[in-house]
Amino acid sequence: MKVALDNLTKKWGTVVGADSITLNINDGEFIAFLGPSGCGKTTTLLMVAGIYKPTAGYIRFDDYMVNHMAPKDRNIGMVFQSYALYPHMDVFKNISYPLKLKKIPAKELKERTRKIADMMGIGHLLDRKPAQLSGGQQQRVALGRALVKEPGLLLFDEPLSNLDARLRLSMRSEIKRLQLELGITSIYVTHDQVEAMTMADRVAVIQSGRLQAFAPPDELYDRPQTLFIAGFVGNPPMNFITVDILHENGLFSARAPGLTMPLSAGHTDKVAEKGRVIMGIRPEDITIANEGAAGEVYIVEPLGRDDLIDVKIGDLHVHVLADPEMSLKMGDTVNLQFNANKVQFFDPETERSLLW
Amino acid sequence: MTPTTFETEQTYGLRKSLSRAIPYILLTISILPIIIGYAWIFIATFSVRTEGLIPKDAHGNIGGLTLQNWSFLHNPEVWNATLNSFGIAVGMVVGVGFLSSLTGYALARMNFAGRKGFLGTTLLLHAFRPEMLLIAIFQVLLFIGGIPLIGDWVGFNTVGGVALVMITLDLPLGVWLMKGFFDNLSWDMERAALIDGASRFRVWWEIILPQIKPGLAALSIFTFITGWNAYLIPFTFTIGSKVANLPVLLNRFSGDTSLGSWNEVAALGLFQLVPILVFFIFTQEALLNIYGGGSKGGA
Ligand SMILES: Nc1ncnc2c1ncn2[C@@H]1O[C@H](COP(=O)(O)OP(=O)(O)OP(=O)(O)O)[C@@H](O)[C@H]1O
Ligand SMILES: [Mg+2]
Repeated sequence: MKVALDNLTKKWGTVVGADSITLNINDGEFIAFLGPSGCGKTTTLLMVAGIYKPTAGYIRFDDYMVNHMAPKDRNIGMVFQSYALYPHMDVFKNISYPLKLKKIPAKELKERTRKIADMMGIGHLLDRKPAQLSGGQQQRVALGRALVKEPGLLLFDEPLSNLDARLRLSMRSEIKRLQLELGITSIYVTHDQVEAMTMADRVAVIQSGRLQAFAPPDELYDRPQTLFIAGFVGNPPMNFITVDILHENGLFSARAPGLTMPLSAGHTDKVAEKGRVIMGIRPEDITIANEGAAGEVYIVEPLGRDDLIDVKIGDLHVHVLADPEMSLKMGDTVNLQFNANKVQFFDPETERSLLW
Repeated sequence: MTPTTFETEQTYGLRKSLSRAIPYILLTISILPIIIGYAWIFIATFSVRTEGLIPKDAHGNIGGLTLQNWSFLHNPEVWNATLNSFGIAVGMVVGVGFLSSLTGYALARMNFAGRKGFLGTTLLLHAFRPEMLLIAIFQVLLFIGGIPLIGDWVGFNTVGGVALVMITLDLPLGVWLMKGFFDNLSWDMERAALIDGASRFRVWWEIILPQIKPGLAALSIFTFITGWNAYLIPFTFTIGSKVANLPVLLNRFSGDTSLGSWNEVAALGLFQLVPILVFFIFTQEALLNIYGGGSKGGA
């Protein structure tokens, strides 16, 4: 099923939940809504589900306008963060409820419910009540209930945020695999950028109800169009440094107190005349070397494979990923090399990228 | 710190079982007067006279057990009144339960013009004593009684009319109680049901109502007791024994001369208590059965 949101808006009085969101989702595509808490992800999803009526704008399923269609007629499945299982029904009844409502004959209902339950690995739990299941098992039941009626569109609202880190990881790949296998168009809401980046074909970044970008994950990562996206996507987050673009002896460089970086040829003409700009650089694009901007190690955060080093250059704090073998300690003096090809530049007024 | 005294396992065990027993001892002592009171009534209904808890015969000797006090069970008036009481109580349970669970749901979940005003007014109305409304209600019942067909069932001097008035008076409380229960349910569950393909009414009936069974059971017990024990309204709006309910009959017996002894009144009172006990036993399962889990976080 294709889904199109056309200037979709939801307001409660002066509170804006979603503001003119326009995007097109292809048939079978897996997209993610990514944004901080309260940005309007759930609001948008519930409008697609038909629970909230849009204040303005249109929703189209396969070019058919569905604004006034009741949720039950939209042929969608939804998984909630809170699982939202029916506590008075056992697992079998929970999963088969959508089929029962569709008046599927008893025999077929039984077969389809069993098949889905086995697929979700909960076939042995069919006569348990939700209260007798672990969080992960409950989430599988919720997933099974959403899948059982073979919907044209799957909606996920932060389905994994109540699970522990390990389970989240395995459920993540499981959901992705299921979606690929079944080829159901899916919208996945999350505030976890790793989840969005790893699962989705395209990510819609939302901030304060507005769509900031809608692009494949690597594009968001490599070519962020706004300061917000650059800061939100990527972990550990990008460093932002206010720099002056200088022109000396025919060479362009970006300079902040204590550090100077020559511009790469590809960036020169885009930022040359801008004066003061915001430079963004990811921690993995800075290396600790024998020469470069001198700073002092302020704090070391071991992440396992890498150490995240907070280096202080004058008043400036720069985060750098370093090899734990270097065994840096607080107070050590280090020199930083910036990879000039990987830096981003943003207009400090509009916060838009000067490069893309 | 130096340990001063060590407790042996024996004294530790003794102290533990003692501290466990104390609440029970205190509770038993404090409800003893009530238990004795009931025991006394129970014994009295089977005795000619009592002195303390001891049954006595007419001459003051120990003994004098009799079934005489229960002879009202042969009186068809009593059975008719029982039926009327039952009609009022069941009518109230069904009427108040159905209406307030629908109204409470709408008030908890929907946003419509006048919602706040409605909530405030119902609470205010509940503050009025029914006595203040008697004359107005009388006029309304007379009017309803004048309507053909309907009037025969819910007009003045009918069991239906009494039930109707009692339902109306009890609705504000029921609506508020139910609204409170619905307010505590997560929205996600009914959203899930709507998406699963249920109509609004089915969501209410199949998903929401089962969640508030304990609340509904509590409300049912309250309204059943209110209806079963109703006195003022049936007394005011019924004439004669055909439509009298048990409390009205009981009052007539204890006030008039038809039943002589106090012990007979006690027997009738005890008789009136039985259905409430039975009703409680049936609803107690639902009262105590509260579902947990199946829903985490969210709102
Ligand atoms: N029923 C409502 N009435 C009024 N305001 C609402 C309502 N629902 C949501 N909002 C507001 O709309 C905005 C977006 O809320 P929404 O629930 O969509 O956020 P979200 O992106 O899903 O956040 P989270 O990640 O915390 O779930 C918030 O400012 C919220 O306060
Ligand atoms: Mg949300």
